[in-house]
Amino acid sequence: MGAATADNPTTTKPETTNPIIRFENVHKRFGPLVVLDGMTLDIPQDRTTVILGPSGVGKSVLLKHIVGLLRPDSGKIFYRGKQVDNLSEREMEPIRKRIGFLFQLGALFDSMRVGDNVAFPIRQQGGKNPAEIQEIVHEKLAVVGMDGTEKKWPADLSGGQKKRVALARAIAMNPDVVLYDEPTTGLDPIRSDVINELILKLKEELNVTGVVVTHDMTSAFKVADQVVMLFNGKIVSRGTAEEIRNCADPNVQRFIQGRASEEDLRALHRM
Amino acid sequence: MEWIAVIGGKTRQFIQAVGDFACFASTAFGWIIRGPGSRAMRELLRQMFDMGTMSIPVVMITGAFIGAVLAIEAYPQFAAIGIASRLGSVIVVSVVKQTGPILTAVMLAGRVGGAMTAELGTMKVTEQIDALRAMACDPVRTLVVPRLLACIIMTPVLTVYSDALGIWGGWLIAVGVDGVRNYSFWHYAAAGTDMFTVNVGLIKSLIFGIVIASIACYKGFTCGNGARGVGRACTESFVASFILILLTNFIMAVMLNNFYNWFWPNQPSLL
Ligand SMILES: Nc1ncnc2c1ncn2[C@@H]1O[C@H](COP(=O)(O)OP(=O)(O)OP(=O)(O)O)[C@@H](O)[C@H]1O
Ligand SMILES: [Mg+2]
Repeated sequence: MGAATADNPTTTKPETTNPIIRFENVHKRFGPLVVLDGMTLDIPQDRTTVILGPSGVGKSVLLKHIVGLLRPDSGKIFYRGKQVDNLSEREMEPIRKRIGFLFQLGALFDSMRVGDNVAFPIRQQGGKNPAEIQEIVHEKLAVVGMDGTEKKWPADLSGGQKKRVALARAIAMNPDVVLYDEPTTGLDPIRSDVINELILKLKEELNVTGVVVTHDMTSAFKVADQVVMLFNGKIVSRGTAEEIRNCADPNVQRFIQGRASEEDLRALHRM
Repeated sequence: MEWIAVIGGKTRQFIQAVGDFACFASTAFGWIIRGPGSRAMRELLRQMFDMGTMSIPVVMITGAFIGAVLAIEAYPQFAAIGIASRLGSVIVVSVVKQTGPILTAVMLAGRVGGAMTAELGTMKVTEQIDALRAMACDPVRTLVVPRLLACIIMTPVLTVYSDALGIWGGWLIAVGVDGVRNYSFWHYAAAGTDMFTVNVGLIKSLIFGIVIASIACYKGFTCGNGARGVGRACTESFVASFILILLTNFIMAVMLNNFYNWFWPNQPSLL
């Protein structure tokens, strides 16, 4: 329904829309471990970008740079054309209030009940009375299939349930950008598909820019307008879902088809 | 010559940690001065109950036993030179000035400081602190300020409980067992204690409260990864606050006694 969708049909190349988030030659290391090594990436507005890459390559680290939870060692990060990597915590607050973050392991506050967890970002934003907040919390929990759990403690939920509550919390204040760190991991196939539909719906109806880190190829190709592959600290490949599927690079092909490399197999055989 | 490099490295790390800690503590006090906000104030009441009210029994028990032991050990010494009737003054002064504040602080460092480090450390490892930041909520303001304030308020209150029971324990032994006359016990107790003594005890406990909470929170916030990281942070937190309690106690004893002699050069006579 959104106007942007009509103007820029999803089949156009992602580069043609203006980037809402931009990484420019970003380096990040933890001690001797180089994680991001001169990474450059544009994330187009009102589109969903899927980030693929092997486990431990730095996908979660990349997401944390967007909201300033981690700062680059060198390089620049832009949000809506403004450099943000050098902003103080205080100056980051207005930006953080417009970005929803689904953490890989949920990161629910275990001292609060489910309902208060989901209400947290709404209260943080201010301007809503308790009845309205309760209404929104109920609605968001229903979207992820967790309605009626408001009074439960996070510790009493299963892994997949925590993940869904965390997703409800990430989208609670109708953010402009949502960063999804493995939204479908630990969910059954049907529930995963509901989450995929949710990501699509948020984009189409509310023009939410999505950044999705995932290992789930079905989900990746379903929600992606742009797919990028992170490898050895750099973006090694990028394109529409179709382009990535037909990409000639053997590394990319092996990754999306889920085939072990010769090297891994040799190690297995030596065992 | 390698050991010089090692010592240099360790010293640098230590100085850096002290600097970080000073920064952390001053941020927390900055928020206290600027106003902690309503969420922190609600949390404050819960913290005061958890760390204050729940500590009363243990603090009273330790206080009573130490008072009693003081009387048991001091009585023979005093009786030998025939001044057993003066037992009241030595018991009350030792309890109010030294054992009350110190024992309370040490009990709290173990009971409250440990729990605080463990709770915040777990929040750190499970990314809950990152989640707070990602939702534009300052973790120092929401988590540290209520704990720090609760500890500053409750440590002197608990010290009063400990003092009261310590004096009672001493009285019980001196009057009940050793046969000191009730009248002389209280007469000399009152003669030996002035407002200065009482204030010194309370000021000390206030500073101990600051030491306990700020170190415990700092250690929680800087805790390493995993269950081991949390465990180690708790140990370090207890050891560091214990040493700092004894150190500040020593420095204050020297300073305050000089201060006292300077303003009141004529010592009160016990005769
Ligand atoms: N705060 C940190 N301190 C030290 N090392 C870190 C930190 N955060 C991440 N790392 C390291 O950076 C690397 C990338 O981590 P990251 O969590 O981004 O991987 P990932 O791509 O998200 O993997 P996965 O798909 O398994 O979630 C890892 O080797 C990790 O050990
Ligand atoms: Mg990850």
